[in-house]
Amino acid sequence: MTQTRSMLLNVGPSHPAMHGVIRMIMELDGEKIKNVDIEMGYLHRAFEKMCETVMYAQCFPYTDRLNYVSPLINNVGFALTLEKLLGIDIPERAKYIRVIMSEISRVTDHLTCVGASAMELGAMSVFLYMIKAREFLWELVEEITGARLTISYVRIGGVKADLTPNFVDNAFKKIAEVRKVLIEADELLTRNRIFFDRMKGIGIISAEDAIAHSVTGPFLRATGVAYDVRKANPYLIYDKLDFEVPLGSAGDNLDRYFVRMAEMEQSLRIIEQCFLQIPDGPIAADLTGEVIPAAEMVDSAKMGQTAGLIEDEVSLDPTLQGSTRKYYESISADKKSVVLPAKENTYGNIEGLMNHFKLVMYGHGIKPPVGEVYFPVEGANGELGFYIVSDGRDHPWRVRVHPPCFPIMAALPKCLIGGMMADLVPTFGSVNMIAGELDR
Amino acid sequence: MSPLEKVQEQFTAAIIETHSFRGDETAVIRPESLLAVAKFLKETPELDFNFLMDVTAVDYLFFAGGRIQKEFRFEMVYHFFSLKHNHRIRIKVPVDEKNLEVDTLNSLWVSADWYEREVWDMFGIKFKGHPNLKRILMYEEFVGHALRKDYPVNKRQPLIGPQN
Amino acid sequence: MSFLSSPTGFITTSFNDALGWARKFSIFQYPFVTACCGMEYMATNCSHYDQDRFGAGFPRFSPRQSDVLFVVGTISHKMAPILKTVHDQMCEPKWVVAFGVCTCTGGFYDNYSTVMGIDTIIPVDIYIPGCPPRPENVLDGLIKLQEKIQKGEQSRILYDPRTRIGRPAELQSGYSIEGHIKHIESVS
Repeated sequence: MTQTRSMLLNVGPSHPAMHGVIRMIMELDGEKIKNVDIEMGYLHRAFEKMCETVMYAQCFPYTDRLNYVSPLINNVGFALTLEKLLGIDIPERAKYIRVIMSEISRVTDHLTCVGASAMELGAMSVFLYMIKAREFLWELVEEITGARLTISYVRIGGVKADLTPNFVDNAFKKIAEVRKVLIEADELLTRNRIFFDRMKGIGIISAEDAIAHSVTGPFLRATGVAYDVRKANPYLIYDKLDFEVPLGSAGDNLDRYFVRMAEMEQSLRIIEQCFLQIPDGPIAADLTGEVIPAAEMVDSAKMGQTAGLIEDEVSLDPTLQGSTRKYYESISADKKSVVLPAKENTYGNIEGLMNHFKLVMYGHGIKPPVGEVYFPVEGANGELGFYIVSDGRDHPWRVRVHPPCFPIMAALPKCLIGGMMADLVPTFGSVNMIAGELDR
Repeated sequence: MSPLEKVQEQFTAAIIETHSFRGDETAVIRPESLLAVAKFLKETPELDFNFLMDVTAVDYLFFAGGRIQKEFRFEMVYHFFSLKHNHRIRIKVPVDEKNLEVDTLNSLWVSADWYEREVWDMFGIKFKGHPNLKRILMYEEFVGHALRKDYPVNKRQPLIGPQN
Repeated sequence: MSFLSSPTGFITTSFNDALGWARKFSIFQYPFVTACCGMEYMATNCSHYDQDRFGAGFPRFSPRQSDVLFVVGTISHKMAPILKTVHDQMCEPKWVVAFGVCTCTGGFYDNYSTVMGIDTIIPVDIYIPGCPPRPENVLDGLIKLQEKIQKGEQSRILYDPRTRIGRPAELQSGYSIEGHIKHIESVS
């Protein structure tokens, strides 16, 4: 008597799909998947516990490494939550800069997702083209922030530094290049027989199932439900911008691919509109003194030669924190208890120095009122929410991140069961699981 | 009427306190009435909270250096969102240290499954009626619950390799 | 009769040099990618900062077929046994590159779930610090790795995490040519 048993296959934590570490234990009947058990937590880096041990301003590098392909969106989310808790508002120009950097991050995230999933299906050239486009954007990001990937550019009350003078021209050139790459990728993939057959009708999830699992982001929009935090709950200056939210209908892999490609185009549109609408930058220097390097000002102040220092302007090494008075008003909120003072004040007079010390010394720093607040931001994968509980002291009491791909991974077995083993690869690629965000 | 006012009107006995700090409507309710309130939130047409956005817990041991005394050590925090009406509400449920059990919301929202597993893993709060309460972020051999305030941040329990 | 170590002889030394030259320009890597450093690894592998011109462009996604283990990204205690298993499955000669500061020393994740440096578990040859390291750093590390391969040196030291004192590592010698030869000699 022959007996049929199903086979347990372990798609182990370290696997070629370069999305991150996750373990899927599959029960197979021949090639058909009968059951999937997903085990995560292989990249648990205790983000929430680490945030409780450091001051508020020191949490930003930890937030960078949550969703590491779109790091600025995490930074912006944390900063917006904290600003809601503190009850402060930031200048217009800083809002526009945050939106520009968020949308650049969103484009890099979608480029990485579509590129990596195309590579897993065999389209190696598309991966190389998309990484080339990602490099262009990373060069843009590096021009302002100094780093390519983990940037920590956003500060509480604004951003770290203003845009460089050539940024707008460079950005228009790079955006044109990225558009060319998107057109090339579209030509290579969209009507490609192999790509189409492997993605159409695979990994289907219905809208009711998606809502029951509280899935958000491109995964939900591909099923036809129009929920985008930027439209439902506009933050920063999204209500002044004109953009569309692409929707799918079938909820399969192909629709998710189309939604991501269309969202990239919309993000590039948003960036161009921001450049046209952004308010003017640094105030004209109405200081009558000369421009001196920061180190010189420190030295002369230490030696007591402070005559005339109040009118001098400081040129700052870009690696130092804070900013000079010329840029200060346009990129930082006007709140002494939260934002580092302008460098001319820090080095030139004692009030500025004391202000700086009170924000930086251990035991002092930003002290929000006792309370709790939740703020959702549209991450590249869905609704990224930060929940901060403050007890009135300088360390956060509890920082909770609602990761967008957590419910998606919980809903993944529904997409996979009943399909074939080989469908795992495109479906998992279209989920865009980022382990840093899933496991925190 | 805002969702908070509707909940207050329906469940006056179950609510301990409400507040609306920075515009976030919050209600603190008794643990016994969690399922009733959740059902009300989901099934009333004017509220229609079909998204269980987030489930987490907070440990209030030695809150604010001991200056603010909370009655219970843990508090479960639920964030709900309604797609149709575009409103949110937060429900908090205090949990006593000696009786770390709360009803599961898995029967109403399927997404509660993994969120509650994470709360069990990190805080040690059990859920009555949960189908599969196992650790999700840490490994099964891990002893203790990591996000509690009395677990030191760098106490490691390595599976292989030296103790560090 | 070991090809790998022979202190005398002109022919054997030239042979070792040729072997080192051949090995260093055909590196088959196993990218053990976990976290953010993986993005910089992808960037180094692709067109802008091409890794293929060093001969290291083709990742082999099986430990049995590769000779360099690139550990890219934070290793948590849940992942550590899997890293050790993958390292044990590789055949001799093998090298390990610790890519990113989380693998070198643990980075700024000093908490209950991170391994403070993978050299506490497996012996590491090249350390590439950075969070994440720039592709130029990675290529610098790759060139240093090639120098090491040319000389035929391998690291066999495990470090204690707090005191950083090294001790020799016991590896699975059954997988190496020498170990296999020893086994044959002992049996016959």
